[in-house]
Amino acid sequence: MTVVFILWLREVKKYLRSRVQIIASLGSPLMYLGVLGFGLGSVFQRAGEGSYLQFMAPGVIGMTVLFTAMFSGIAMLWDRQFGFLKETLVAPVPRLAIMVGRTLGGATVAVLQGTLIFGVTLIAGFRPVSVLAVPLAFLVIALIAVIFSALATAIGSSLKDMQGFQMVMNFLVMPTFFLSGAIYPLEGLPRVLGALTRVDPLTYGVDGVRGVLTGRTHFGVALDVAVLLGVGVLFVVFGAWRFSKIEA
Amino acid sequence: MIIRVQHVVKSFGNVVAVNDVSFDVRPGEIFAFLGPNGAGKTTTIKMLTTLLRPTAGSLELDGLEVTTHQTEVRKRFGVVFQDPSLDSDLTAWENMDIHGVLYHVPRHPRRERCEVLLRMFELWERRDDMVKTFSGGMKRRLEIARGLLHTPKVLFLDEPTLGLDPQSRNQMWTHVQSLRATEGVTVFLTTHYMDEADRVADRIAVIDHGRLVATGSSAELKAQTGTDSLEAAFLALTGTTIRDESATAADQMRQVARVWRR
Repeated sequence: MTVVFILWLREVKKYLRSRVQIIASLGSPLMYLGVLGFGLGSVFQRAGEGSYLQFMAPGVIGMTVLFTAMFSGIAMLWDRQFGFLKETLVAPVPRLAIMVGRTLGGATVAVLQGTLIFGVTLIAGFRPVSVLAVPLAFLVIALIAVIFSALATAIGSSLKDMQGFQMVMNFLVMPTFFLSGAIYPLEGLPRVLGALTRVDPLTYGVDGVRGVLTGRTHFGVALDVAVLLGVGVLFVVFGAWRFSKIEA
Repeated sequence: MIIRVQHVVKSFGNVVAVNDVSFDVRPGEIFAFLGPNGAGKTTTIKMLTTLLRPTAGSLELDGLEVTTHQTEVRKRFGVVFQDPSLDSDLTAWENMDIHGVLYHVPRHPRRERCEVLLRMFELWERRDDMVKTFSGGMKRRLEIARGLLHTPKVLFLDEPTLGLDPQSRNQMWTHVQSLRATEGVTVFLTTHYMDEADRVADRIAVIDHGRLVATGSSAELKAQTGTDSLEAAFLALTGTTIRDESATAADQMRQVARVWRR
C-alpha cells in the first residue's frame, strides 16, 4: 500500500512542479476551444443546435484528459531506458503495485489537467446546468482518466522504440479524439462513422460528461458510466498484464 | 560463493548474447567483467538482477536461484545501471527516500541511513536540490548511495565510469574501493577500460562474443598469457583489442538523450 502511495505521490509531485509543462499543455485544448468553439459557433447555432461552446466544452475536457493520460504512458518508454522505471522494476515489490501506483498517478494528473481546462471553459462562457452536476461529472472524468492511463501503461510496456510513439499518436490517440463526438453531434452520422464512434471508449466518456453537465446525451448517462466501468476494468487488467511482462 | 553462474545461455531470436558462461564470485571481493561493448556484460547483469530470464543454465545469488526467488534475491542486491535510473525531477533526498520505501526500510533507520550514505558520497549539502541540476559524477554517486540504502550483499555496477571525466572517474573508484571496508559489500562491476579493471578488481573475468575467455586476478591473467600488461593479456586471450560493436536500439536512444540533455 505504501508502495502504491509513494509512486502515486511521485507522479503528482512531479506534475505540480512542472509549471511550464502545465501551461504548455493548455495550448492545444485552448486552440480547439477558441478556434473551433467560436469559429463554428454561428454555423452550429444556425443549424438549430444551440450554443456550440456549450456543446464542445465537455469534449475539450475529455480531449485534455485523453492527451494527458496517454502522454504519461508513452513517457514510460523513455523512463524504461533512461529513467526511474528500471529502479522500480528491480525492487522487491509486486509489479502490480508499481503498475497501480503509476496508473493512478497518471490518472490523477490527467484529472487535475482536466480541472484546469474546466476552469478555462467556465471563463470562456461555458455554463453547467447546476453546481451539483460538477462532482458527478468529475466521477466520469476520473473514469476516462483511469481508462486511458491504463491503456497508456499497456502501450508503454509493449513498445520497443521511439518510432512507435508516432504510430500511437497518429493511429490511436488522434482517431480516439476525432471519433469521440467531442466536436460534433453523434446524431445523423453516416453509418460507418457512426459505428466507429461506438467502439471508441472516449465517446461514452464525452457523452457522459456532456450529459451530466448540460443535460444533452446520446446514450444516456447510465449506459455511458456502465460502458466506462467495463472498459476500465478491462484496460486495467490488460495494462497490468503487459506491465508484468516487461523485460528491460 | 555469493554468486554462482553455471552454463548460462541467453539468446535473442537467433543471436546468442551470452554463450555457456560459468563463474563464481567470492563474498567481499571486487569482481570485474571486462570486455568490449556487445560482449554480453550487460546481458549477464540483467539476468543476475532478475530483469531478463536466461535461455538455459542457472544463476544463484547468496544461495538463492535468481529465476525462482525473484523477490528474495532483489532484497539482496543493489544495482547501478549503465543508463541513469534516477528521477531527475525529484531531489536527491526524495530519490533516496522512495528507494527506502520500495525496499521496505522502516522510516527511522531509513533517515539515518540516507544521511550516512549522502555524507559518504559527498552529496549531503545538495540533498534538497533537484537531481537534474547534478553533474554526471554526482548523479552516478547518488545512484551508488541509493543502491546501498537497503544494505545489500552484492552491488552491481554496470560501466560505472562511462561518460565521466578523469577526475570524477578517479573519485568514483576511490569510493568503490572503500565500500568493502565500510559496507562489507561484494562488488560486481563491468567495464571496458582495461586500466580500471587492473586497478580495482580482485579478480577479472574476460568476456568476448558472449563467451568467457579467462578468469583470474590481473597478475594471473598476465602470467597465464605470458604478457606484462592486462591490455596485452586481453589481446592474447581474444585475438582482438577492445573495440566498439555496431549500435543497438538503446545506443540510438542514448544519442538522442544526450542531445536533449544539453
